[in-house]
Amino acid sequence: MTGLLSDLGRAVRLGLSAVGLATRLFVRLLQLLPATLARFGLVRDQIHFLGNYSLAIIAVSGLFVGFVLALQGYYILQRYGSSEALGMMVALSLLRELGPVVTALLFAGRAGTALTAEIGLMKAGEQLSAMEMMAVDPIRRVLAPRFWAGVFTMPLLAAVFSAVGILGGWLVGVVMIGVDAGSFWSQMQGGVEWWNDLGNGVLKSLVFGITVTFVALYQGYMAQPTPEGVSRATTRTVVVASLWVLGLDFGLTAMMFTV
Amino acid sequence: MQQNKNDVWVGLFVVIGIAALLFLALKAANLLQINFNPTYQVTARFDNIGGLKPRSAVRSAGVVVGRVESIGFDDQSFQANVVLKMDARYAFPKDSSLKILTSGLLGEQYIGVEAGGDEANWAQGAVITQTQSAVVLENLISQFLFSKAAEGGEKKE
Repeated sequence: MTGLLSDLGRAVRLGLSAVGLATRLFVRLLQLLPATLARFGLVRDQIHFLGNYSLAIIAVSGLFVGFVLALQGYYILQRYGSSEALGMMVALSLLRELGPVVTALLFAGRAGTALTAEIGLMKAGEQLSAMEMMAVDPIRRVLAPRFWAGVFTMPLLAAVFSAVGILGGWLVGVVMIGVDAGSFWSQMQGGVEWWNDLGNGVLKSLVFGITVTFVALYQGYMAQPTPEGVSRATTRTVVVASLWVLGLDFGLTAMMFTV
Repeated sequence: MQQNKNDVWVGLFVVIGIAALLFLALKAANLLQINFNPTYQVTARFDNIGGLKPRSAVRSAGVVVGRVESIGFDDQSFQANVVLKMDARYAFPKDSSLKILTSGLLGEQYIGVEAGGDEANWAQGAVITQTQSAVVLENLISQFLFSKAAEGGEKKE
């Protein structure tokens, strides 16, 4: 009985201390924004690493998601004789949901894992400790540039995803199936509102950028400094970041898009 | 500032990202045609607004001339208060009437404006009571059934 009680107490204590550590790290990263921008070269290199290298997978995924959306959307819409609304359907589903969410999931897989593994290995190789010995703050020198680069990169990647997806929807819908091009675009322009749909989509991708990058950095920074610990942290980055993204997406959608 | 080979690539990435955002804003959301034109507000009272929603269109002759700003309920007259934001470029005579119409058989509902003949125009804050409510399908069906039943009763007699 006492064993059970102490297990419960231990679990609660560990959970609370994890929340506390994460919050402190998060607040620290937010506070370091001016210091990070002062050394913009570090951020630039990280944007290059996170952004440019993710561009290909994001663009290709966006294209195929757009293709599939147009095919499936046409199949349903033509049953109700409103296949002209295809453009609006493709644009709204990309801007509101698929753009931010799928980009965040891909970003967690493509860039988040790399961040976790890099920082975890730095920790395992005692590079972070060595930095501290030299009075260089690893959070300021290593974590903050990566965090802000990720936050900056995510909305741009989501915009690329949605734009390429709309082009993909246009390719399949208009060029391949033969929906009227004029009504494809005009229905889209009639149905999409720049703040309600586009603005909220960008806001979502910003929130997801913060979430995914922070989870990746936290998992790397808190990883056990062993090969096994780093591999476990990398796995956890994908799982935890994906779950956070999907959960937050529900919350954000409920707040933004309920009339 | 020292130059770095990454500068070019990061610059390219940012340009691509901003180009995508611009494409979305201009081509998908049609930001260029969003008018920041001045508007004036009028209030219309309807007995039944059906499925009208805020942001629904107000059309005259099929052209969008305004949008529904908000919908409220007046518990004195038990009518719906619909606030319309009309484009200031278009003026309508004071005795114009409003109808709630449906685009297509199952489409969304909008407000149609039929111009009247008065010399004075709607001004900011005008209240419009010449309105025609939305068609409620259930009422139509029950009317139809009642009239059918009445016909049947007459024939028997």
